[in-house]
Amino acid sequence: MALARCRYTPPSPKIRGSRKSILEYSPSSECPDPASALPPTMTSTAGTWNSGGGEARLGRSPSCLLLRLFFFFSPPSPLSRRAAMSDTSSVSRLSWNGNRDDSFLDYNLLTSMTVSFLQELPSYRSIVRRRTSILSRDKSGGTLLKPASSEIRSYLETGKSEREHLGSQSIRKYALNISEKRRLREIQEAQVKYLSDWDQWKQYSTKSWKRFIEEAKELASHLELWKNDIRSIEAKFGTGIQSYFSFLRFLVILNSVIFTIIFLFILLPIILTKYKITESTFLILPSNEVDMRCKVYPVNSTGLIYFYTYMIDLLSGTGFLEWTSLFYGHYTVDGIKFKNFTYDLPLAYLLTTVVCLALSLLWIVKRSVEGFKQNLVRSEEQFQSYCNKIFAGWDFCITDQSTAKLKHSSIQYELKTDLEEERIRKKIAERTPEETLRIYSLRMLLNAIVITVLAACFYAIYVATVFSQEHMKKEIDKMVFGENLLILYLPSIVITLANFITPLIFSKIIHYEDYSPAFEIRLTLLRCVFMRLSTICVLVLTLGSKITFCDNEECRVCGYNHKIYPCWENQFGQEMYKLTIFDLIINLAMTVFVEFPRKLLVTHCSSWKVIRYWGQQEFAIPDNVLGIVYAQTICWIGSFFSPLLPAIATVKFIIIFYVKEISLMHTCRPSTRPFRASNSNFFFLLVLLIGLTLAFIPLGISMTHIPSSKACGPFTNYNTSWEVVPKTISTFPSALQTFINSITSEAFAVPFFIVICLIMFYFIALAGAHKRVVVQLRQQLAMVRWHPK
Amino acid sequence: AEEDFSWFDLTEIELLRVKCLPHTLDVLRASSLYTPFHIQLSHKTQRARAHRRFIELLPPESRNVEDSLRVRVSTEQILTLPELKANPFRERICRVFSTAPERDSLSFEDFLDLFSVFSDAATPEIKSHYAFRIFDFDDDGTLNKEDLKCLVNCLTGDGQDTQLTSSEMKQLIENILEESDIDRDGTINLSEFQHVISRSPDFTSSFKIVL
Repeated sequence: MALARCRYTPPSPKIRGSRKSILEYSPSSECPDPASALPPTMTSTAGTWNSGGGEARLGRSPSCLLLRLFFFFSPPSPLSRRAAMSDTSSVSRLSWNGNRDDSFLDYNLLTSMTVSFLQELPSYRSIVRRRTSILSRDKSGGTLLKPASSEIRSYLETGKSEREHLGSQSIRKYALNISEKRRLREIQEAQVKYLSDWDQWKQYSTKSWKRFIEEAKELASHLELWKNDIRSIEAKFGTGIQSYFSFLRFLVILNSVIFTIIFLFILLPIILTKYKITESTFLILPSNEVDMRCKVYPVNSTGLIYFYTYMIDLLSGTGFLEWTSLFYGHYTVDGIKFKNFTYDLPLAYLLTTVVCLALSLLWIVKRSVEGFKQNLVRSEEQFQSYCNKIFAGWDFCITDQSTAKLKHSSIQYELKTDLEEERIRKKIAERTPEETLRIYSLRMLLNAIVITVLAACFYAIYVATVFSQEHMKKEIDKMVFGENLLILYLPSIVITLANFITPLIFSKIIHYEDYSPAFEIRLTLLRCVFMRLSTICVLVLTLGSKITFCDNEECRVCGYNHKIYPCWENQFGQEMYKLTIFDLIINLAMTVFVEFPRKLLVTHCSSWKVIRYWGQQEFAIPDNVLGIVYAQTICWIGSFFSPLLPAIATVKFIIIFYVKEISLMHTCRPSTRPFRASNSNFFFLLVLLIGLTLAFIPLGISMTHIPSSKACGPFTNYNTSWEVVPKTISTFPSALQTFINSITSEAFAVPFFIVICLIMFYFIALAGAHKRVVVQLRQQLAMVRWHPK
Repeated sequence: AEEDFSWFDLTEIELLRVKCLPHTLDVLRASSLYTPFHIQLSHKTQRARAHRRFIELLPPESRNVEDSLRVRVSTEQILTLPELKANPFRERICRVFSTAPERDSLSFEDFLDLFSVFSDAATPEIKSHYAFRIFDFDDDGTLNKEDLKCLVNCLTGDGQDTQLTSSEMKQLIENILEESDIDRDGTINLSEFQHVISRSPDFTSSFKIVL
């Protein structure tokens, strides 16, 4: 029987303090064999897996030698020596014994020794030293039999009593089949009697706590949004596409949280006051130092509104929408006077935006930390990639025969490309200097072409924005309906066209640059990301320059062009609103007018060679991800100028989720080019972080450099929007003021920055040292194997 | 009967859900089969689902709960499950999890074991241990070049045109051994395998079967 050879020694009360291993492999001990107590039907005879062949190797196996080496390196302790002796005795017993029915627990104890040796690596030891909980130590081990190895490790490191180990050991972690786990549990339960009351209570409480946590997790998983949809997508299309939909779900949740914050701190007080739910009044302070000319804000006549004017207003945010709470201009109050205190709305408005951006940053960083760790490990050791592809290559979730066939062909394709790439890399390394020179000059030329293309796009966007702004103010009835919309949406149209054309150009150019295939993909992707996200920046900067540009005396009065832009934040908000709406319309139009007809053509007219060559739609993950990151960046930039924009973005993402899901299920076939899940999560969040960073720039500039409009908005009494913060700080007690001033001064910032740089250099040096030790240990292992002492 | 409810047991609620007769509960309670399993399928619904699927594979006369917990199902029947039908490792999986002497049939416990190892709640160590056993085609405790060759052929598909050429295979196996064989003995043992897997980011998400 599997456990028959492991004698169980119940520790008697008087030796409770000493460290005695529960499963001693010494042949002489006097304890009942728990296996014999069970009815015969319960015991399994097939607990062994390694047959005689493995056993014959045990006598001279590397694990045996490593075992001796391990105990040579470890600090001497009485128990470890006894364990060593008992283990070597068990090893010798095994080599003498021709018993096929050998306990695989014994064998695995030896392999666990090997793993323990591997875990002598300094990187592992530093991690273990940091971890104090028993459970995490269990998780980090690659061992099968938890008590023995974790005991020895604990003796060497912390010297804690193993009582806690045994009590809190979860049998789940053992790789045994159910009947053996049952026997182990009986051993544990029998052992429980010998614990003191306190230990018993502790064991009971940890178990109940674990059960509670699991129950809570199960409840929480029921609340997960779209769980079944994403699961069925994963089953049919694999983990790459599933990660896109999980990313979309994350953005929906992020936007709804942002909107909740905005609602609570900005909208709620205003709604409470406006509809007289609480007895509060709006507070409007007169401002003496502002010129009255800046405060002029002409209101469009609200006479008879034609239907198409209504539609244009809805689509572009002008007209009746301009005065609603959708835009910044609605919040023209300086405070709200409640019974006991005055709610400072300008400060709340500014801080809410800052807090929402900070929350987004923290959440994204938290989510990407796991992916980054893995990606760092992966990229550090580029030679891990083959093992990952072979051992973790098959997606066991696949249930469909056709999906399986596709997976087979994609694995084959990936392996062939990798092997090919390795051959190409070898060839590149053998390049002559003339060839290298030629290639580098070609690359410089092509990069210059890329930069010209980008510059041309940016210039086109600039011209379109300027044109649109200048002609927007024309009288509505002098224009034809289509022309009006075209002019309003001109920047959006140009941006969309640019985003459509440039990836095609980039993918053509990259072929001539002679990179390895993987690097080609990454570089094209990087260029597309940069293109997409900087178009928004260009648009915003163009608007900003138009607002502050004035060639005559007008600007000197208010700091911005108050004749054309009496309320310039509304203009920003309207542009962002238009971009959002247009993006949604384009997505829906592409699905309805391009993807579904394509599928219909392919299914019904597949006799034409052209159609067959075009083929069915594949779900292009990078393009779709760029699309939603683009939408989210617009939402972030616009959240300051249009507080309801996050709510619109939430609704938009929900619509896009369902539209993409339907399009995926009905028109797409799974892609032959695999997009690995781990890589993709990190890639998505990295692109999102780039978007967030690019969103900070226009917001920062408009908050701190452009004077806020004096005709509308909460900041009419301040020079710039950011001025609210220093003014509020000046009302604090003086001790706090000096403290805050000292923190934000250079005398603090420069040393702080230097200290952070030093810490970073320390960690880089530590990582380099670990790498060298790893290489040395590997060489030692190889040496030990071939030259045993 | 709520007072008997405890987390790790196949409870009466679950058994009622799989539509068993009331008197079988007494039978179960009396037998030693009614003991905690301590398996990874922490969700009660998942275990009940597993039991339902297992029962569907049995012949109609032994579809009650009593027999289902005792009878073994042959490998051919298990391979008809949709979760395993498309899997290139299905025969190896059945062989590894089977506790019968000839390794050709699975009891309900083996069935539960199988799905618990492939569930979300199983630790990476458990998964890597069983993955090693599944990939060890000749059951000798190590992955040698022949095992790796079979593994790669399973991955790329059956059929002459889907397999790699012999030179590509040689290059691939050399690369794998270079990455994972630490002691340079030409084979991968369990600890080397687990070491490689612990640094593989895709393993946990791909080595899972959803019931």
